Amino acid sequence: METLVGQPVGATHGSAPAARLDAATVRFGTYTAIDKLDLELEAGAFYTILGPSGCGKSTLLRLVSDLIPAAGGDVSIFGKTTEEARLAREFAFVFQDAALLPWRSALKNVELPLEIGRKRGVAIPTGPRNPRELLELVGLKGRENALPHELSGGMRQRVAIARALLCQPKLLLMDEPFGALDEMTRDRLNLQLLDIWRETGTTILFVTHSISEAVFLGQKVIMLRANPGRLREIVDIDLPEPRQMKLRDTPEFNRYCSYLRELLETC
Amino acid sequence: MAVIENLGIADPHALARSAARKERLVSTIVPIATAVALIGLWQLGVRAFGVPTYIAPAPSDVAVTFVEKFPLLMQNFWPTFFESVAGFVVGNLAAILIAVAFVHSRNVERAFFPIAVFVNTIPILAIAPILVLIFGPGMTAKVVIAALICFFPTLVNMVGGLQSVSPQTLELARILSASKAEVFWKMRLPSSLPFLFSALKISATTSVIGAIVGEWVGADLGLGALIIDATFNFNSPLLYATVLMSSGLSVLMFALVTLAERRIVRW
Repeated sequence: METLVGQPVGATHGSAPAARLDAATVRFGTYTAIDKLDLELEAGAFYTILGPSGCGKSTLLRLVSDLIPAAGGDVSIFGKTTEEARLAREFAFVFQDAALLPWRSALKNVELPLEIGRKRGVAIPTGPRNPRELLELVGLKGRENALPHELSGGMRQRVAIARALLCQPKLLLMDEPFGALDEMTRDRLNLQLLDIWRETGTTILFVTHSISEAVFLGQKVIMLRANPGRLREIVDIDLPEPRQMKLRDTPEFNRYCSYLRELLETC
Repeated sequence: MAVIENLGIADPHALARSAARKERLVSTIVPIATAVALIGLWQLGVRAFGVPTYIAPAPSDVAVTFVEKFPLLMQNFWPTFFESVAGFVVGNLAAILIAVAFVHSRNVERAFFPIAVFVNTIPILAIAPILVLIFGPGMTAKVVIAALICFFPTLVNMVGGLQSVSPQTLELARILSASKAEVFWKMRLPSSLPFLFSALKISATTSVIGAIVGEWVGADLGLGALIIDATFNFNSPLLYATVLMSSGLSVLMFALVTLAERRIVRW
């Protein structure tokens, strides 16, 4: 982990923001899940999203990733519409459940994005790493041929991360990816994710319901409030980089946590 | 003392292996011994109470008939075998294709599912004479009856299987901009295979029943015809031998499907 050198944040993608929401609104029937949300995500940064349940955290990710349409307002990804960005594979999504295809080996699961669209002649962007090297990057060298049911929950999630990285996304959307894992696995994957983020220079938008995870990972914590989902506050987390495990025992870290805990109660 | 113990006890792995081997041996011997004991009891009972052969033949009578009449049994085995296999293939293929149409279009399902349920509620013994009237005394009617009996369980299971893809997998497909055809071939169809094989195992045995019921209604060749013939002539040993042959055919079909399942569904 110490061998990886951090890249200057935001330097890789020019000036367009990674994502920009102008008065974005999402409705399910008469229920307003997200109400006139304004948000601008700086390219290359690590954002975590916190908020009470029902504040539209997952909905926000699904809005940005073109899974659900905006009922009003405007959403753009690197200056493109969400649909254009989806077709160009500018973003990737990591779900809470790894969403691996159970009949495919770890390697075949990582290769899936290459197969989708190939017969239709879609240009598929690829990164500097092939699927085998991506599995090595997430620490699964030697398990290429294992089927998902032969892997632990943490390993499955790492396969999902490798698959998400295959098309070298400029924006990585993660919906509580480590929520179902035990704490030790979660800590290890947090460190691994930070390594990957520094090395790839991608922008990450990470939903969590753990305050300490949000503070540990995020450069900025986006706090949403519920009913309807609105922006409460964006909190800059000014902690030394690269983040290390022992950071969690420092008073600064705990100050951020208690501030966010109090903020969460007012949401 | 310690030295003696070390000499006496083999290494724990070998011990565990021999325990597992013993366990496997016991699990095959117990059912076989039970069956042999029951057959022995039957033989003793028939002889002890002097039951006439035409009411209940002794197992030894059945065995003698089985060997003596083996050419006759085989001559009647093949037509039933072909009818069962043809019915199995036709019925399941139709069910699979219609399930695909159902999943593809809600309206097709709305239109035809009630009809499928209605056809399934008609007792096969009632519909068999109708089909023999329509298709005549040849093989066709038996194939249709066998196909009909296979159809419904496979239709219901296949529809369930094609719809068993997790919502997150479908979201993944959308993020990768997968076409409907790609979702079908790469996600829905493989997901349905465990469901399909559950249904195929059911129809492997019911297709034989369908063919035999068809032969009862009107045929001069086949295991069903031989059963009727032996019953009318009070030839109980031949009747029992034919029943044995029929269940052997079912077991063979079931074993073939199970073998295929083990090779195909590895997850």
